[in-house]
Formats: sequence, structure tokens, C-alpha cells
Amino acid sequence: MLHTSRPKRAIVALIATAGLTLSACGTTDDGGSGGSTSGGSDGGAACDLTLAFFGPQTGPAAGLGEPIINGAQMAIDEYNADAECEVGFEKIDSQGSPDQAPSLATEAAGNDAIVGIVGPAFSGESAAAGPIFAEAGLPTISPSATNPALSENGWATFHRVLGNDATQGPAAARYIQDTVGATSVFVMDDASEYGAGLADIVKDDLGDLVVDTDTIQTGQTDFSASVTKVRSSKADAVFFGGYYAEAALIVRQLRSAGYEGKFVVADGVKDPGFLDGAKAAAEGTIITCPCIPAEDPAVAEFASSYEAAFGGAPGTYAAEAYDAASIFLDGIAEGIDNREDMLAFVNDYDQPGVTKQLTFDDKGEPADVHVYAYTVTGGEIVSDTEIE
Amino acid sequence: MNFDFLFGNFAELTVTGLAFGAIYALIALGYTMVYGVLQLINFAHSEVFMYGTFAALWTAMLLAGDGDVSTIKAIGILLVALVAAMAMSATVALVLERVAYRRLIQNNAPRLIALISAIGASFVLAEIMGLRDRIASWFGLEDTLRDYVGNARINRSMPTLIENKRLFPIGNYQVTMIDVIVILSAILMMIGLDQFVRRSRLGRGIRATAQDPETAALMGVNATRAVQMTFLLGGLMAGAAAFLYMLKIETTKFDVGFLLGVKAFTAAVLGGIGNLRGALVGGLVLGVAENWGSALFGSEWRDVVAFVLLVVILLFRPTGILGESLGKARA
Repeated sequence: MLHTSRPKRAIVALIATAGLTLSACGTTDDGGSGGSTSGGSDGGAACDLTLAFFGPQTGPAAGLGEPIINGAQMAIDEYNADAECEVGFEKIDSQGSPDQAPSLATEAAGNDAIVGIVGPAFSGESAAAGPIFAEAGLPTISPSATNPALSENGWATFHRVLGNDATQGPAAARYIQDTVGATSVFVMDDASEYGAGLADIVKDDLGDLVVDTDTIQTGQTDFSASVTKVRSSKADAVFFGGYYAEAALIVRQLRSAGYEGKFVVADGVKDPGFLDGAKAAAEGTIITCPCIPAEDPAVAEFASSYEAAFGGAPGTYAAEAYDAASIFLDGIAEGIDNREDMLAFVNDYDQPGVTKQLTFDDKGEPADVHVYAYTVTGGEIVSDTEIE
Repeated sequence: MNFDFLFGNFAELTVTGLAFGAIYALIALGYTMVYGVLQLINFAHSEVFMYGTFAALWTAMLLAGDGDVSTIKAIGILLVALVAAMAMSATVALVLERVAYRRLIQNNAPRLIALISAIGASFVLAEIMGLRDRIASWFGLEDTLRDYVGNARINRSMPTLIENKRLFPIGNYQVTMIDVIVILSAILMMIGLDQFVRRSRLGRGIRATAQDPETAALMGVNATRAVQMTFLLGGLMAGAAAFLYMLKIETTKFDVGFLLGVKAFTAAVLGGIGNLRGALVGGLVLGVAENWGSALFGSEWRDVVAFVLLVVILLFRPTGILGESLGKARA
């Protein structure tokens, strides 16, 4: 057994290297320096408080996490610019995974400095982490999780600042029927909390127009069987409920197989990663989203200070994240220093935000909801209309 | 169960299934050869494949730029990409053998240790690719190499080089050029490898080492060399698979190897692990079964069908469809 010592050392070294590499992926940098406008503090604010982002900072859907982090960062930077006590910002990287969410949520719940969570970003991780936040009485405001069932669990701490899929789904169905004018639709989903939930609503709303359905798996790369199904169904339009990674591959393979119908997707695909993955095949794709377009006059001021801070137009849900963080920051400005008071404050909140009037019903759903349609034109996601 | 759909689109499902199965088969070769020689499952082989996809992607990006290229130039670029992918995968496979395995094998470490080493190496390789933007920034290269290292954790796509022409119909399906290229080149490469292992001196060394390493060493076979050769050949085939994959799917990501690796390993076991021809049969059967299964039950049953098939075949033929090992194959 004498000889085994060296290989053992090699393995330890290997594991150490792996550990270093992995921890490198967990490091956080503090983003941009933020805008210079006043955040409004009246001097009575508590100290040593932290807001946390909960969502993907790395992992397959990291692209959707970044604008959310930036939006929240901007609100916090603006607040800190002239506050006596700075509010901290912790980024909890769930990689968007429901498996990792519970342990991370428990960790966040145990950190008493955290008085509010901007997130969780996705529906699957929200479902997994929700009970833990509810138990800990830690208020959450999601800027992006759209599964309708999330607000039905009786979690007192759950809030979101955007319309759920019970509004997005029917809006997408209306758009497919009225604006696209499709008479036969193929509905696909990725079996995720978000994708399957949304696809089911669209299916119900379209009723007899749905000619066939299929469910793919996340991580799958060859969709030839699904493509055959779509082609043989002769549908005018395909609706896909899921995220951008798979959407890009699906539309690429559909177009390559000669399918010419419309490709309609929802907010999980509204990401530059979709354009990069699908290249020319993305052209003409219709994306519905309960997120306000950056060109909307209501967000013009926000968009310009975001661009100044981060050197690019605000991505999907940046403005929503800014609003979510602002609600917590207003509470901190009023002197709130614990979760219980913060929860009461959030529940009673009623102020105009960047994206909409920010006020919640007793389930934590926003009172004021809009869904917009975007199209991919000339290699960019361009806002089209608000879906009435 | 949707039999009408399966029979209505039988040709299309079969051809596209064969094309993807051919890619499984080429990756499966790496698993099966290493197993045949070392009785070791090289779980890091999926990353060998993944590095090949990136080599093909980067070569195409570098040579094609943004503009449209002529057909002749496109074919040239694709050939260079193929060579680059094979070179990259072979290099990674050789480094892997040197760093993660050689000491363990020479010291007769238990196979379990080598397996853990393989899994560790697989994570390290995948994360290095997934963190390539940060690695580039250590050297101050993140701006120069932005196109290549940026967006390290999301899908990256090939520039479109050749139009996927429809060639000839089988049933109601127009077979595409890429289907034909993928299936034919996989089979050609497989025949080449099979002949090499059966007829060449180096191939004989590999087979001798697979049969009995000690006796082979006594007969003058350099065992380390034979193992190296095994990894090299497996790497070359994975590189070819990576190129064909990029031709067909056109998109890759740092963790793309995982699922394909599992499938290719399954294909190797299905055909009879340690058996080169078995890898081809296993890969093609798996690719077609996945497509037929998706058609019959829906795409969400794809993996269920594939693995139930594996279990059923192993129940009746525990050594896989062809079932003989590399060591026992005769010239």
C-alpha cells in the first residue's frame, strides 16, 4: 500500500483544484457604480441591513439573472449615494436550480441582516424556496417568476411585481389568434414549472386550435422527433413554453427542416442568448413578456441611468428588479429594521414605480398588470405592442 | 400511443435518428476502447468531445468571420474545423491519460480510484471551459478574445456555412445533405478504425494489452504506449463526432458533453462495451430508438424509452448486442 500515497496526493490536489475552480465561479463583483440621482433617505434609517438577490448568477440561465442583479444594484447604489448607513447587497447564486434553492434559502433565512429578497428569479426555484422564506418571515419580491400557482400556496411573504402566466398565457393565446391569425397551433413545453405551466394555459385558451403538443427535456440538443411532429401537424404557428437555451435550438432546427410557420415564445426566451444561439433562424420570432419595453416613455429615465451605469440598454426584468428593490429601500428609509415590519410595509405599499403602480393584493400579486409583444427584427428583440 | 404518426413519418424519424445515432456511436468508441484495454470507464470522455465542439466552433468563427463565404471556401473551412476538432480532442484525451490516469494505472490503484479521478477530471475540464472568460481575463485577453470566450456559460453557435440542401426522397422525407454526411462519415471512420485495430502493428499491441497486459509486455508490447494509443484513437473519434455534431446541431456549451456522454456510454454498453463494432450498432440503435420512442409516446419519454431498451437488452444479452470484447476480437 506504500505506493498509493502519491496517487492519493494527486487526487487531493485534483479535488483542491476543482474546488478552487468552482469557488471562482461563486465570487461576486460589485457591478457598476450606479446612478447619481437621490434615493431619498430621511436619516432615520437602520444600519447594517442587507437586501439579497436570489437567482442565477452562473449556470445555464445566467443571462436572465444579470439584468435583475443590475436593476437591484442600481436601486441600492442610488439609495446608498446619500444615505447615512449603506444597505448591503448580497447575491445568492442559485444557478436557477430548484435543487439548490432550499439550502440557499435556509442560509439566507438564517442571516438576520437580510430584510428582503429580490427574487427568487425563476418559478421552479421560487416553489422550492418559498416555504422556507415563509417560515422565516422573510419578505420576497420576485421581479420575474411568473408561474400562477406560486401565489396560491398561502406564503405570507410572497410578492411579485409582474403579471403572472395566468395573464401572460391568455395574452399570448389572444396574440396568436388575433394578431398572428393562426388557425392551427402546435404547443410545446420543456416540462419546467414555468414552461409547462404557461403552455397549459395557452393550450386551454386556444382550445380547438391546438393541433398537437409535445414536451421536450431541458438540456436536450437534438429535437428531430419534435421537428417531425411539428412539420407533420402542418400547424401555422408553434408556441413554446420554456427558456432561451432550448428555444434557440428548436427554432434553428425547425427552420433548417423547412418549417415556415410563426414561432411564438414567452418571457423566458427574451434574452440576447436566444439571438446568439438561433442566429438568422430567430428572425420573426414573437416573444410575449409582462415586462415593460425599454423604449416606453415611463422607463426612459430609468433606461438612461441604467445605460450610464452598466453600458447597455436594460435587459429583461431590470426595471422590475429596480422596482422590487426600491420597495424594500423605501421601507429601510422609513426606519424599518426587521423582517416583520418590512413584511407589513410591503403588504401596504402603494406607490408609483418605474414599471407600474406598485401595490399587492392579499396573495402578493401586483394589482396593475400589462403584457407586451416583442418581435425579433434585424437580429434584435424589438418591442411591438402592448397586448390588450 | 401514436402509431399513425410513427408509420406516417417512419423514414424521417429513422434517418434523423440514424444521423444522431452515428454521433453517439463515434463518442461511444472512446468509452468502449478505454474499457476494452483498461476495464475503466473514462467518464471524462464527454469533455474530450466537448472540447472538440469548441475547436470546430472557434475555427469556423476565426476563418469565416461575419461575412458570407463562397461554397468552396466554406468546404475548406469545414475541413480545417474537422482537423482542429480532432486535434483538440486527441490532445485533451492524451493530457487526460497523462494527468488523471497514468500514475493510477502504473501503481495498480483500484479501478474505483480511477473512476473518481475520471469524474473529477470531467468537472475540472467542463468548468475550465465554462469559466474561460475569467481565465482569459487573468491574462488580460478578455477584450481581444471576446468573441471566443465571452458568454462562457451559454450556448454558442456556428456561423452558418453551408445550406442544408435536400438531396433525395425516402418515403415522404427529403433526406438532407447533412444527414448523409454525418451517417456516411461516421460509418467510414468506424470502418477505418476497425481495420486499423485489426490489421496494424499498433492495433495488435492494443488488442494484446487488452487481452493480457503482462503477457503482452513480455512479448515486447509497450503497455504505456498502447494505452496512450487507445486514448489518442478515442480522442480522434470524439473530435470527429464533435465536428459532425457542430455540423448538425451548430450549437455548443460547456456542459454539452454531459448528456451526450451518458447517451454514448449507454450506446457502448448496448452494443457490448469493449467491442468496436458494438459501439456502432449500439449508437445507431439508440439514436433510432429514441426517435421512434419520442414519436410513439411523446418526446418527454425519449430517455425512458432509451434506458428501458438498454435494460431489456441487457436482461437477455448481459454483454450487449454484439457482446465480445476488444481483446477477443481476431484479425
